[in-house]
Amino acid sequence: MSGFLAGLCIAILPCLAVGFWLGRRTARPQSLGDLGTPVEHATFQTLHTASLAAPPLRAGLTEETARKSAGRLRTLLGTDALCLTDREQLLAWDGVGAHHRTEIMARLAGPLDTGRGEAFPLTCDAPDCPVRWAVLTPLTVDDRVHGALVVCAPRESAVLVRAAGEVARWVSVQLELADLDDSRTRLIEAEIKALRAQISPHFIFNSLAVIASFVRTDPERARELLLEFADFTRYSFRRHGDFTTLADELHAIDHYLALVRARFGDRLSVTLQIAPEVLPVALPFLCLQPLVENAVKHGLEGKADKCHIQITAQDAGAEALVVIEDDGAGMDPALLRRILAGEVSPSGGIGLSNVDDRLRQVYGDDHGLVIETAPGAGMRISARLPKYQPGVHSAARLTPG
Amino acid sequence: MNSTFAVPAVALVVVATVLVGAFGLRISRTTSDFYVASRTVGPRLNAAAISGEYLSAASFLGIAGLVLVQGPDMLWYPVGYTAGYLVLLLFVAAPLRRSGAYTLPDFAEARLASQAVRRLAGAFVVGVGWLYLLPQLQGAGLTLTVLTGAPDSLGGLIVAVVVVATVAAGGMRSITFVQAFQYWLKLTALLVPALFLILAWQADGAPRHVFEEPPAFRDQRAVRVDTTLDLLLDRPLTVTVTGTVDGHRHEEAALSLPAGTHRIEQGTRLGFTPGTPVPTAERGSNGGMSTSLAAGREERPLYATYGLILATFLGTMGLPHVVVRFYTSPHGVAARRTTVAVLALIGAFYLLPPVYGALGRIYAPELALTGDAYAAVLLLPDRMIGGLGGDLLGALVAGGAFAAFLSTASGLTMAVAGVLTQDVLPTRGVRHFRLGTGLAMAVPLAASLLVGGLPVADAVGLAFAVSASSFCPLLVLGIWWRRLTPPGAAAGMLVGGGSAFVAVAATMAGLPVTGGLHALLAWPALWSVPLGFLTMILVSLATPGRVPAGTASILARFHLPEELRAAEVKA
Repeated sequence: MSGFLAGLCIAILPCLAVGFWLGRRTARPQSLGDLGTPVEHATFQTLHTASLAAPPLRAGLTEETARKSAGRLRTLLGTDALCLTDREQLLAWDGVGAHHRTEIMARLAGPLDTGRGEAFPLTCDAPDCPVRWAVLTPLTVDDRVHGALVVCAPRESAVLVRAAGEVARWVSVQLELADLDDSRTRLIEAEIKALRAQISPHFIFNSLAVIASFVRTDPERARELLLEFADFTRYSFRRHGDFTTLADELHAIDHYLALVRARFGDRLSVTLQIAPEVLPVALPFLCLQPLVENAVKHGLEGKADKCHIQITAQDAGAEALVVIEDDGAGMDPALLRRILAGEVSPSGGIGLSNVDDRLRQVYGDDHGLVIETAPGAGMRISARLPKYQPGVHSAARLTPG
Repeated sequence: MNSTFAVPAVALVVVATVLVGAFGLRISRTTSDFYVASRTVGPRLNAAAISGEYLSAASFLGIAGLVLVQGPDMLWYPVGYTAGYLVLLLFVAAPLRRSGAYTLPDFAEARLASQAVRRLAGAFVVGVGWLYLLPQLQGAGLTLTVLTGAPDSLGGLIVAVVVVATVAAGGMRSITFVQAFQYWLKLTALLVPALFLILAWQADGAPRHVFEEPPAFRDQRAVRVDTTLDLLLDRPLTVTVTGTVDGHRHEEAALSLPAGTHRIEQGTRLGFTPGTPVPTAERGSNGGMSTSLAAGREERPLYATYGLILATFLGTMGLPHVVVRFYTSPHGVAARRTTVAVLALIGAFYLLPPVYGALGRIYAPELALTGDAYAAVLLLPDRMIGGLGGDLLGALVAGGAFAAFLSTASGLTMAVAGVLTQDVLPTRGVRHFRLGTGLAMAVPLAASLLVGGLPVADAVGLAFAVSASSFCPLLVLGIWWRRLTPPGAAAGMLVGGGSAFVAVAATMAGLPVTGGLHALLAWPALWSVPLGFLTMILVSLATPGRVPAGTASILARFHLPEELRAAEVKA
């Protein structure tokens, strides 16, 4: 009997899941039926259909997005057949009469050149073919024709021409938005590229000065430091891939700290607590080193005595939690907020705001930096790095050993 | 069973688990030496962790019980559990690591760039995880009952509370160390008593017993029947009875039962004379950890064996808690080395439970009758060695058994909670991870309290079957076939995994089917795995336009060694 109950529970689970899914799928604003007049109702319906067709088109005009939106657009226009093309080929055909594909593609060249739509009769041998006329409207973004929306109907109709024109304009707006998204991504990529080359000039200058001071007194130490410097700059200037692994980033921080320690000696102490499980996590290149640099700066500049920096990387389920903590001068939270918002530029180095921006860009808005600080109370910066994020792959193999 | 030592042993294991989980990291990594701190987990440590998480109650207690009751046929279980890693090594380990995926839904998304397939894979992960957690909790309950006579559900409740508390509080930070520790604990807990048992067996004159024959009583033995059962006799049997047999009350009476079926009421004492073969018992309801769904060999045809082999060989790669551990390997080659080491570690471990099963057949054959066969591992030290030594060894085994429950349950809970947090609950974050942990454990705990008495080895086998028919096609085709499409993957998982799931549900519900159909439903892997593969291939071929755009570069990333890839990017 108890076995039966168990089986029953297990059998019910997928049914519940399917029911939930169906419920979510069908929970469209059908209930609007009680609201408003038939005209209003029709308006709601139209707007709803249009809003459903919008998301795929926001990703640009491809075969996949055209297939997803063609059906919705056809519902919107209420025609027998609708197709979307780009400049070269037909992307999606929804509805009847798909045998007209070649004919329509042959007619495409003219409107694509002129950017003007046209309506033309279709030649068809099949006597019962429901589509006799086609309305071809170009889709333009910034005066450039990206493709065309073709609507087929049984007879010529001025209403259809007008409607097709309006829908084509609406689709064009969506494509413009897609273009905008695209340029925004490119901008951020460019920003990341620009950011990458930026290791702090002060740091290079200070490091070289420190090394120079050792050249006579302790040539062996100077040589070691020079090698550390070489390793750090090689890492910072490397050209391939936008992402690295936590292990590699920690190695770079090690080289960096070796140079800083040479300068400040015993004043700086560092403790590490790294869970080995999170070392393979991929993360944006040079996104922790600036945080450590910031900690060193805050820890040592505010006071004359010792400073302690703690770097922790913990395993937290599907994420790695990285915390960088210093016991230095701290900062006024209000000022920090303005720096992060980009209103005040920080004094030198790669700012925290830049790391924050890049983390948000890569992992989404809930993965920005979390900073806890107050004047005189030190600073604690934590970042949550998902172990897996689509598109984030470290370019190189982990440093061996 | 003397619980003087067993309870402290169990408590010690629980405390040690919590402490190693919370502080293992701090002791070993608090240093300013970057070289030490940024050393990745080596293949051997990682392999011990994977093995520790993998060796569940079914392995620790269940297999010995199965061998005891049903003989050497059951050796296919340990063989299958081990060989699963061979398949994993050959087809999946390195490409899976190179894919950068942390969980199976991650893999689905990385390969197919589809949110829908990701969600479906997540649903299956939760389903398989719950199916696998259920027997862990029940096993813990049964073990505690044998050790202390506590109520059935207490052990499961303790495991659930300990696991949720440590996982949700973030206490499993150094999970690799905990799990590796659990592996060595489990190995020790089986190996040391096994050596003593073998010595005792030698001292006893090394009695041999032919496996093909039913087990027989070696000396005068009284057996108390705890639950009403039907005794199937194929030849007449003489027993001393105190209690009710076939509706008649007897008091210390020597009874001669003719061949046929006899009903023994609850609480009856049966006294057997030496040399009597142990009769076969049939219980009214499913019970115990080692009662298989189809008991007699007649009901378990060759087909069932093949079904079991296929499920365990191909199901291992889809177990959520196993996949997650591969992420810890720094690169593909390390993932392969890890798998080889896992094969060695698990292979070594699985030599032991059959020893207990074989010895149990000689020294404690009545366990097959009372339905406590799973307890063979726990009871044998006391039975064969006795005294203080036997008690101490028994306590060691009990501690090992709890380590098995804790490690597998915590690994599964983390995997299921991870999926729930990422793909089901509205936003990510620490608080939601805690909620997910509670949810991940609450459902199987409720199920185990509600239903009770599901055969552990079978429930695990069913989890393997579902995993083999849904994730095996996804992983193998995803890694090795460039024409896989999102609709194909979704359809294959739904049809293969779904049908296995339905078969599982039907079996557990105890649908009154017998013979061929019962075998088909109880061991679904043999038809559901090919069905999953076939659906995935056919639907993918039917939707050639939906092959994800970056497939070629994704597959190149899966298969090229990491150094090569870096060199390629540099050039």
